[in-house]
Amino acid sequence: MFSLQRIASVVQKELKQLSRDRMTFGMVVMIPLVQLLLFGYAINTDVRHIPVGVVDLSGSAAARIIEQAVVATQVVEVKQYFNTPAEAEQAIVRGDVRAALVFPTDLSARMVREEVLAQWLVDASDTMISSAILQLRQMPLDQLMVDPALHRATHQPSFEVALFFNPTRRSAVNIVPGLTAVILTMTMILFTSTAIVRERERGNLELLITTPIRPIELMIGKIVPYIFIGLLQVSIILLLGNIVFEVPINGSLFHVYAATLLFIAASLTLGLIISTIAKTQLQAMQMTIFVLLPSILLSGFMFPYEAMPKLAQNIAEILPATHFMRMIRGVVLRGAEVQVLVYDSLWLLGFSALGLILAALRFSKRLD
Amino acid sequence: MPVAIKAEGLSRKFGDFVAVDNVDLSVPAASIYGFLGPNGCGKSTTIRMLCGLLSLSTGRAEVLGLDVAKKAEQLRTRIGYMTQKFSLYEDLSAKENLQFMGQIYSISSRELRKRIPALLDTYSLTELKNRRAGALSGGQRQRLALAVATLHQPDLLFLDEPTSSVDPENRRDFWEKLFDLCDSGTSILVSTHYMDEAERCHRLAILEAGKLRAEGAPLDLMEQMGAHVIEIEADNLRSLKSRLLKIENVRSVAQQGIRLRVLVDRLVNDPVSYIQQALASPLRCNLVHPSLEDVFVTVTNSERQ
Repeated sequence: MFSLQRIASVVQKELKQLSRDRMTFGMVVMIPLVQLLLFGYAINTDVRHIPVGVVDLSGSAAARIIEQAVVATQVVEVKQYFNTPAEAEQAIVRGDVRAALVFPTDLSARMVREEVLAQWLVDASDTMISSAILQLRQMPLDQLMVDPALHRATHQPSFEVALFFNPTRRSAVNIVPGLTAVILTMTMILFTSTAIVRERERGNLELLITTPIRPIELMIGKIVPYIFIGLLQVSIILLLGNIVFEVPINGSLFHVYAATLLFIAASLTLGLIISTIAKTQLQAMQMTIFVLLPSILLSGFMFPYEAMPKLAQNIAEILPATHFMRMIRGVVLRGAEVQVLVYDSLWLLGFSALGLILAALRFSKRLD
Repeated sequence: MPVAIKAEGLSRKFGDFVAVDNVDLSVPAASIYGFLGPNGCGKSTTIRMLCGLLSLSTGRAEVLGLDVAKKAEQLRTRIGYMTQKFSLYEDLSAKENLQFMGQIYSISSRELRKRIPALLDTYSLTELKNRRAGALSGGQRQRLALAVATLHQPDLLFLDEPTSSVDPENRRDFWEKLFDLCDSGTSILVSTHYMDEAERCHRLAILEAGKLRAEGAPLDLMEQMGAHVIEIEADNLRSLKSRLLKIENVRSVAQQGIRLRVLVDRLVNDPVSYIQQALASPLRCNLVHPSLEDVFVTVTNSERQ
């Protein structure tokens, strides 16, 4: 027989303890709140506002009319104009634009001959982006033609689409490099945050701080081993991705590891900052989840960054994972080099430097 | 006599709670100085302040001639600290722990190659050097912690309840090591709540509720105690005890087996007949020598009343 009174007293005790652990209690409230906002509001699976470029070789009014019609669909947003298709391709590699619309020199003649009018050059590594642009292919442009004589009789597609980097449109191609960002976020932050909190919980720290060791020395010493763990993890993911899912590594390994190192540094310092706030390993774990969740949902791993509303993009911009997601996909899928991805590299570097200083300042060598 | 620690008006508050209240200390060098007091009396807080781990709320303290508030970093290489809770790495072996801490103190590896085997030998850990610290017994852990604390050859050792989880035999061995260290010139400050341990110290400070209640050599404290000690042998000790406690000038009554140990205020000239008269019965009373526990009870009780 079990006693309801005994169960009730355990329940009561549990609730009391929970309400006294402010961090856990906060997480109980914050996690559903953030999840709800992320999924309900921020995440929009309709892909819109894809940044694109335009290359107009025809210099005709028709090109401008077609461009406006395409922009009116809101699927794309013209960010830049290029003089040659080669320039546009470079911008795609850099990640400045996801696609480019190229109007050929003989645009007017093609209109008359009712041929394909223009070509989309698309970074197809993200299948959601390429699907959205592929849908534009059949876009009817008839009503744009003021002259009824030009009315197109046939159902020739309006655009031709050239899919770069992932012509077969397999989602694994985009997921595998992205996975490195998610897994590194998870392990790097968790390892470092719990590593220091564990020393505090076990009392090691009380002894350590009576020694001449400087906070920054302790921090760096704690970080370094995990750098190698992170590099090992990335190697495993990319190697297996290459063997099992045939994900190509188009960039050089040097750039893959350079980008990875920057991200590992940023994640580790984030873990250190958490370790100076969390009192127990459980709290450190909860705070890691708090960072991990938006890193999966907002970084561009699950949904294209460009398709998210402005607010979600702003949140994503704070997360190191977003910057690394761009870099690692750029390097692995589009063969970009780290120096091309200057903004994201500098951002990660700055984040690590500031984070390390903040963590060292917060880590006081006193117990009070 | 050179002084290892000098503190004036040392206080520490945690919010409204005063953990250490206006304590003055003067700890002579090359001796063992004890902090005696119940749990929560401010022993650990005082030690932590003197190590520079906690900032002082008020007052000032000089340790080895250095102001702890300003020169905490300089002090760290000259003091050793053994925490109340075992704070070495349980997943490292005894030798690895020594090595790690030695490197933290920037001791050269050549020097470490000499010092570590010597320390392992001194603290009878040579055979256990490859065992993980987590698998050592309480006494072995304490010896390892002491070995680590003395690795950088500090001038002053702080030991916070070093033997609270150690059996009496290991405790005696441990104290032998402390006296060896003291002989070689190390000053030692040790906190304890064991009377027998306190009795071994050269000098003692009795702390209670954050205040310094008495200070001096254990023998002097016993001599100068403000009460007589009487032992009474009788039947019905429990009821006798409550009757005794009602008598004026009886400071405390404690049962020890078949006897009652009664503390009578020093103001009473002939305590034996005083008690016999008060109880109106010729019980067997003996005037005995005070113990440190009697001193402790007297100094802590007098303030409470």
